[in-house]
Amino acid sequence: MAEPIGLERAKIVVREDECKGCGLCIEACPEQVLFVHKHLNRLGYHPTGYKGEGCTGCGICFYQCPEPGAITVYKKGYVGEEVV
Amino acid sequence: MAEKVLAKAESFFDIYDRNPSPSKDVTHYCPGCGHGVLHKLIAEAIDDFGIRERTVLFSPVGCSVFAYYYFRTGNIQCAHGRAPAAATGFKRTHPESIVISYQGDGDLAAIGTAEIIQAANRGENFTVFFVNNAIYGMTGGQLAPTTLVGQKTTTSPYGRNPANEGYPIKVAEMISTLDAPVYVERVAITDAKNTARVRRAVRKGLQNQIDNKGFSLIEVLSVCPSNWKMDPIQSKQWLSDNMIQQFPLGIFRDRTGEVPAAENKRHIFHVDGLREALELPVETESTIKVAAPAPEFQDPRIKLAGFGGQGVLMLGLMLAEAGMHAGYHVSWIPSYGPEMRGGTANCHVNLSHRRIGSPTVSRPTLLVAMNLPSLERFENEVVPGGLIIYDTAMVTRAPKRTDVKALGIPASTIADELGNTRGANMVILGAYIGYTSILPKEAIFAAMPSLIKRKNLIPLNEQAVEKGMEFVRNLRG
Ligand code: SF4
Ligand code: SF4
Ligand code: SF4
Repeated sequence: MAEPIGLERAKIVVREDECKGCGLCIEACPEQVLFVHKHLNRLGYHPTGYKGEGCTGCGICFYQCPEPGAITVYKKGYVGEEVV
Repeated sequence: MAEKVLAKAESFFDIYDRNPSPSKDVTHYCPGCGHGVLHKLIAEAIDDFGIRERTVLFSPVGCSVFAYYYFRTGNIQCAHGRAPAAATGFKRTHPESIVISYQGDGDLAAIGTAEIIQAANRGENFTVFFVNNAIYGMTGGQLAPTTLVGQKTTTSPYGRNPANEGYPIKVAEMISTLDAPVYVERVAITDAKNTARVRRAVRKGLQNQIDNKGFSLIEVLSVCPSNWKMDPIQSKQWLSDNMIQQFPLGIFRDRTGEVPAAENKRHIFHVDGLREALELPVETESTIKVAAPAPEFQDPRIKLAGFGGQGVLMLGLMLAEAGMHAGYHVSWIPSYGPEMRGGTANCHVNLSHRRIGSPTVSRPTLLVAMNLPSLERFENEVVPGGLIIYDTAMVTRAPKRTDVKALGIPASTIADELGNTRGANMVILGAYIGYTSILPKEAIFAAMPSLIKRKNLIPLNEQAVEKGMEFVRNLRG
């Protein structure tokens, strides 16, 4: 089995159904890599999306977000399982 | 690897099963509400400090009343404003636990003002998170004690006017006037920088408790977009522009470095120590046997009344204490009603084979009247078939009731002849136990050492009891 290679870049994952579309993460992200989806989620909010690159893993969005499970930040070098 | 990922804390439930709503993976809080952020910071700290198994969260009445849906810790949901009182009881009986009192501004700064101030003043070793969003959230946006001057709410439609509603209460400042608190800080959930300060304060408040340092209170300025009627981003701006002006951020008290943990060592109350402190005799296994009294005298509900100074309270205590020696359930309460002001005293006593529901006696089966006013006042309360014992030296007329038994005894005269004028209460006690066999005199004698401080007076009191018994024996011939 090959050595696990860590994430080369940080990233975030939004659980769309736990997002209430408050926009605080988008406003606060210093890299401006978050956006509002056009579609509605199960709760009737426009959830936040990640543009797919540019995240530095600073964690600011995580601490701005009031929902315990909506945002997960994976930092550079992370080798574990993705939280689902 | 943990440091490489920021994810939902272990101290939250995966699924919020306690929430009756169908959406069991999201909180009940409005979008953008500050409660969620503070919950996350607390849960993260509980994870990181490894204290989840011993943490108990005391939640308030307010929007965060349902905090127990989310925290995978011990949870106690408290009556409005009473979290610090409940937390005090829990922490003192479970000193190894980590106790968090989580309260909003209506809960802590209005109905619960007394509780928080007294807990802080006692320096209780727990951590208070006080969420101040300047409005009543759960009930729909009414004026809170912390509503800003000029702020419009549903109950201050012209804006808070100090001439009408007073000024906002500054809890952090107020608590830090007390000597005991160890750490008091006000922080705000706004931008990344301020939120990082909230995170530090949360951790410090909990660390203080882990280190047994004493009372910490963190006031957290927080948004309520729904009742402020702004979107979450505007709300944070409003908080920064307005709330922080009236509620300045900063550390108001920090003695964390100074106080040794030992300062918080309290007296531990245990039976033996208390006995020693109160100079009570050592408890011995009771071997006192009670003869069964006649059915009408069993499980008496007793009212004892007389002038202050005649020893009716002592008579009641003696009955209760002796009752315990004889294996009864007992209760004793003095009456502190307005009738006390006239110089009369009365108390209520129960002796029972069953557990006692109410200690108050409004329909006595035994009335002891040591003066005339007591007989006049309470005669009609006695249940039919009940017993009235009265001191004929003090009570100048016999009871009028014909459906009760009456036993008159010149107790004060008998006591006087013994050289112990104040012993009339014990003469009455002797008459009562002699007449009814409710207690053997041994039970009374066993009770005396813990109630009579001057030991040289015990023999005199014993004699008085014997005299009362003798009087009844002679009466029966
Ligand atoms: S971790 Fe930082 S950079 Fe990445 S999305 Fe969140 S705020 Fe933006
Ligand atoms: S802060 Fe959280 S809830 Fe708000 S939009 Fe971002 S992910 Fe959604
Ligand atoms: S009413 Fe205000 S405090 Fe309550 S959940 Fe909504 S935003 Fe939060």
